[in-house]
Amino acid sequence: MSEVFDFVKNLLVENMQVEEGKINMDANIIEDLGADSLDIMDIVNDIEKQYDITIPQEQYENLKTVGDVVNFVESKMK
Amino acid sequence: MKRVVITGMGTLSPLGNNVEDYYKNLINGVSGIDYITKFDASTMKVKIAGEIKNFVPEDILTKREIRRTDLVTQYALIAADEAIKMANLENIDMDRIGVIVASGIGGINTWEEQHEILLNESPDRVSPFFIPMMIINSVSGYISIKHGFKGPNYAIASACASGGHAIADSYNQIILDNADVMICGGSEAALTKLAFAGFIALQALSTKNDEPQKASRPFDADRDGFIMSEGSGILVIESYEHAKKRGAEILGEITGYGYNDDAFHITAPIESGEGPAKCMKLALDRSKRKPEEVQYINAHGTSTKLNDQMETRAIKTAFNEHADNLLISSTKSMTGHLLGAASAIEAIATIMTIKNGIVPPTINYEKKDPECDLNYVPNEAVKKDIDFALSNSFGFGGHNVSLAFSKFNG
Repeated sequence: MSEVFDFVKNLLVENMQVEEGKINMDANIIEDLGADSLDIMDIVNDIEKQYDITIPQEQYENLKTVGDVVNFVESKMK
Repeated sequence: MKRVVITGMGTLSPLGNNVEDYYKNLINGVSGIDYITKFDASTMKVKIAGEIKNFVPEDILTKREIRRTDLVTQYALIAADEAIKMANLENIDMDRIGVIVASGIGGINTWEEQHEILLNESPDRVSPFFIPMMIINSVSGYISIKHGFKGPNYAIASACASGGHAIADSYNQIILDNADVMICGGSEAALTKLAFAGFIALQALSTKNDEPQKASRPFDADRDGFIMSEGSGILVIESYEHAKKRGAEILGEITGYGYNDDAFHITAPIESGEGPAKCMKLALDRSKRKPEEVQYINAHGTSTKLNDQMETRAIKTAFNEHADNLLISSTKSMTGHLLGAASAIEAIATIMTIKNGIVPPTINYEKKDPECDLNYVPNEAVKKDIDFALSNSFGFGGHNVSLAFSKFNG
């Protein structure tokens, strides 16, 4: 898995106490991993800081799974 | 009219992280004051405070709760956990349990941290948790989220009288039949550089840096200010009928309260003490008790020049010659001043005094101030059966609260 995936996985474990085994590219962050709207904003904040990118608010609704987040971040990095 | 009893208590204080340790240290005359470790105080005029020791929030709170809450909320959640367990609150209608927990200052740790991010990084880096962590009512909100209490829920801010107002208003919620059970008290976690610098600028704090344990000396002639402390005190109070019906152990009774305002000055108390004197009388009137029935007063006793003289005058005005018979102690001599949580931990001290018949002393009382000439229980606890007592709290803004507690006599 990519470095971005590992970073996001670590955020979910550290910030939200998600069980590591539940985290894969297809996992829905709200439905499968139990995040709420504040968790999403918190995770986005940490990702933006780590990769020095901006994730516009209108993008949030497209970022449903861990894979959506990882792919979006990687596309911004290229 | 309904009667209101206490069925649970919990605390985190500079004198211990539960009610038993706290009271044991109080009656042993132990000081909880020492050098500040929370931040570098080397450039500050004051270097001493009453910090919570051995704080392990993970014992009670999840990592996620810790991440989402300011220290002020964490202290209250942990004290509430002890109080709720003591009260054994199970199988109760959640719509009839409310929460009013006060704070003088709120989430100032978070405020300072996020302000630095704003200045040093960017507005986009400010945490989405900043506002919900910083607002004072988060404390009451999180207690209800953690335990499912769906009754009346809000916060109160009246500086150093905050906890007293929270307990008095919770009493009202039960009298008004808005709730059967209330979780109430105060929490404070303002040992930050900015808050500290602010109190230093006000010249409110003792500068006796050389002798931390002797710096808080209420009513003593050499007192020179209060000691800032942190922590939380939480009570579970409920209607007598409700407590009786569920077979709860009753720890004491709240018979009434007084609250009013000096309408005088934003930080200084009115010298004559007329506001606090009236406030104590209001507490007696509501309790339908006579001044002569009061045996003990847990004083506001901050160790500032003005407060302790004023409070002495107020007690003389309210009690006339009976003032000389009263046992009066300031437990702030040991805990320091927990600001918005002070009244709540002092309510616990008062209830424990009534329950155990041992009156905690005012430590560091060495030299008599001619303006302070009552019995302050100097330096050693006194064994005495106490049936009825008051606990005073006064706050910036001229806010006065006096809570009245009685042994539960059936």
